[in-house]
Amino acid sequence: MMDGIWPAVLGRFTWSALPFVRAWQNPTINEIIGAGAAMMVIVGAASVIALITIKGRWRYLWREWLTSLDHKKIGIMYVVLAFVMLSRALVEAVLMRMQQAAAVNAPGFVEPDHFAQLFSTHGSIMIFFMAMPFLTGIINYVMPLQIGARDVSFPLLNSISLWLTGGAAGLIMVSLVIGRFSTGGWSGYPPYTELAFSPDVGPDYWIWAVTLGSIASTLSGLNFAVTIYKERCPGMTFMRMPLFVWTALCTSILMIFAMPPLTVATALLALDRYVGFHFFTNDLGGNMMNYANLFWLFGHPEVYILILPAFGVYSEVVSTFSSKELYGYTSLVWATMTIAVLSFTVWVHHFFTMGQSANLNAVFGIATMTIGVPTGVKIYDWIWTMFRGEVRFTVPMLYSLAFMMTFVLGGFTGILLAFPPLDYLVHNTLFLIAHFHNMLIPGLLYGMLAATHYWFPKAFGFRLNEKWGRIAFGCWVVGFYLAFMPLYVLGAGGAARRSQAFFEPAFRPWLYVAGVGALILASGLASLFVQLWVSMRDRDANRVFVGDPWDGRGLEWSTSAPPPEYNYANLPVVAGRDPFFDGKRKGDPYGAPEDYHDIDMPRNSMVGPVSGTVGAMLGFGLVWHIWWLSILCLVTLIGTVIARSFVRDVQRVIPAADIARIEQRWHDAIAQARAIPRERETMTVNEGLAEVTV
Amino acid sequence: MNAGEVKHPGLNLGSTDTDTHEQAEGDVFGFWVFLMSDAVIFALLFAVYGTMLAATAGGPTPADAYKLGPTFAETLTLLTSSLTFGMASIAVKYEASGSVLFGWLAITLALGLAFLGLELHDFATMIGEGAYPARSGFLSSFFALVPLHGLHVLAGCLWLVVMIVQLSTFGLDARVKINLLRLGLFWHFLDIVWIAIFSIVYLQGLIR
Repeated sequence: MMDGIWPAVLGRFTWSALPFVRAWQNPTINEIIGAGAAMMVIVGAASVIALITIKGRWRYLWREWLTSLDHKKIGIMYVVLAFVMLSRALVEAVLMRMQQAAAVNAPGFVEPDHFAQLFSTHGSIMIFFMAMPFLTGIINYVMPLQIGARDVSFPLLNSISLWLTGGAAGLIMVSLVIGRFSTGGWSGYPPYTELAFSPDVGPDYWIWAVTLGSIASTLSGLNFAVTIYKERCPGMTFMRMPLFVWTALCTSILMIFAMPPLTVATALLALDRYVGFHFFTNDLGGNMMNYANLFWLFGHPEVYILILPAFGVYSEVVSTFSSKELYGYTSLVWATMTIAVLSFTVWVHHFFTMGQSANLNAVFGIATMTIGVPTGVKIYDWIWTMFRGEVRFTVPMLYSLAFMMTFVLGGFTGILLAFPPLDYLVHNTLFLIAHFHNMLIPGLLYGMLAATHYWFPKAFGFRLNEKWGRIAFGCWVVGFYLAFMPLYVLGAGGAARRSQAFFEPAFRPWLYVAGVGALILASGLASLFVQLWVSMRDRDANRVFVGDPWDGRGLEWSTSAPPPEYNYANLPVVAGRDPFFDGKRKGDPYGAPEDYHDIDMPRNSMVGPVSGTVGAMLGFGLVWHIWWLSILCLVTLIGTVIARSFVRDVQRVIPAADIARIEQRWHDAIAQARAIPRERETMTVNEGLAEVTV
Repeated sequence: MNAGEVKHPGLNLGSTDTDTHEQAEGDVFGFWVFLMSDAVIFALLFAVYGTMLAATAGGPTPADAYKLGPTFAETLTLLTSSLTFGMASIAVKYEASGSVLFGWLAITLALGLAFLGLELHDFATMIGEGAYPARSGFLSSFFALVPLHGLHVLAGCLWLVVMIVQLSTFGLDARVKINLLRLGLFWHFLDIVWIAIFSIVYLQGLIR
């Protein structure tokens, strides 16, 4: 009797899917690490819930944040998600480095299968649930402000994207506690991830988490692109847009065209696994090469989805902290667009060794090297922007400088890998791992950290602690060089990637250095959290309510910090490339308008939280073959969308009187603030009013 | 904001009712972008289908599996439904009486459902004759591409039902109009995809 009921209710769940049960039955270090990680997820989630409950903040959280359609709040929530996931994936990285350092002619403490899960989740999380939310969050926060808009074009869709991403990230977190994750790497190559070789739930967790995430990213890209095309304030022509907006636009276009291939790849793999199709199986006509092409048709543009926004951030930061107009604006725009187009022409370099003809490899090798040209243009432009500028070595600027140096090194190794014959030698070794970390850590992480330091005062109204920022910066840079330069040596020496253990004693010293580097990187993350805590503690001393702590150039600095919900009481009118900077030099940029008008803003909506939660539950039901749950969730999702289409009262009016009051308070603060020169901008006297020097 | 100062790409719908038109412009342009993204999915499935044509693994070949008669009937049904949706759009534009608009939408819905019925019957026949998706890579790629289009038509039918209900609830308010505009784009898009399916999948499969 029970035999029939439980599978219908719980699908293929069994008690041994819980790591605690496994650790109880078989208490090895490996199982205890697994159970410990699961415990951390549970304890972490439970303590957050308990803390909110004790503080009685659920109502506040729900009203002000979770159901908010304000692009600024959605942006901040994205970044919070990115930091949570960064923490987990970085811990996994440290664990892997420790294991490898311990496992030269020794078993180490993490078993091969567990190690395979570690590198699969590390890669999947870092790409889909750290990098993507991070840049989506920054674009969400900054871009509408920079183009002088009230909000993105589709605020509700924005919330749905956030929550689908969050639900997908939740699904990966659940895989730590219930069942196991894929061992197929972040790219999930079949036929290994097919039912025949991986019958477990792991690849299914990967498939549904990635599918939810990629749909969310497609929708974000659509939203951003339409926003940039349609919501620019009067006078904001394309060639007057800040460079960050340009990179956001190109990234969005890449998302619109490059995320669908991923959705197709994961969906076809799911068809294979769930209903016995033969797309990528070894038998009955399946062809794994289709997967490789589909996946990298997404995967290569993805690299530029990640890197372009960072290029935008560096352009803003270098210009601001050199007190100079961005050098070569037009060439930077062209370089950005060129990179976006070229990114679709090089995907085969991810599998030079997989049997296509030498001619084809040569074509793709040359196309790959071509990308170095526009990237080089950018580097020169940033250097020329600094040249004869009044360069201030603030934390965002330090990240920018570290990026320029480190990224060029990574670019050189990329040119090496772009030669197919050389690629044959180091493909699938740690050389490759070193190369792409060398691109993505400066090219994404440093950029996003620079962005958080640069725009944090705008978002929260106070500056981050400079000292801890420098400590964190030191850890990220030193840690990076120690952790990844040895991998070039190891890879050139033949150390295979994804190895749980090595047999070559000569690898040991390099693995030790890399292990130390990983620990320093983890300290970098810890320093960021300390910095956040210290800054929050001292926030009253570091307030910059006036809103322009760095003598900024773009529109986003012309509002209070944090900006009001409606961004601009009256939409700005732009006549140049650095409108706010020009305004400061020419006259009174803060002049209060003569009258205020009512502003329509979107009402909060619970459609976002509902779709994210239900979407994640749908994924969970599919992973565990709990069909009733999947059907229920699917019906709920469709029903939610239909029900929402019947809601007519979606706007809320902010009365002109309220706006006048909010604006008056800000204008009073401007009148009272003391303008400070650049050499004192990191001191507490900085209230966000920059001294104007011509 | 003064619509004259920034010229946008995409639809510029004029200035008789500036606010509504501006709202519609963003919404409709956004839907075009969505359709581009959706078109990428179909394009890739066509590509996969192309690479798997020969992967029949000893099972039915395109010539064995496809039948021209029923698919031609499906084509006519779907193309006609695009025509009737066009008539519905004209009814919206000239604000014809409610029953005319209802009528055209209902006929479109009926044709959409008829298409689905014909297609399902077609699939059932194929499967009955041993051409089922798990038989070979070729049939897998067929059953990913063509039924995905059918799934879109199903979604379109559901959307039509919702719009018919909304019409009777709200009448022709701005949001109903914008949604009808988007649904129209979606419906014609499916027609275009079907023409590609008919030419590339069925005609190519039967003629060679």
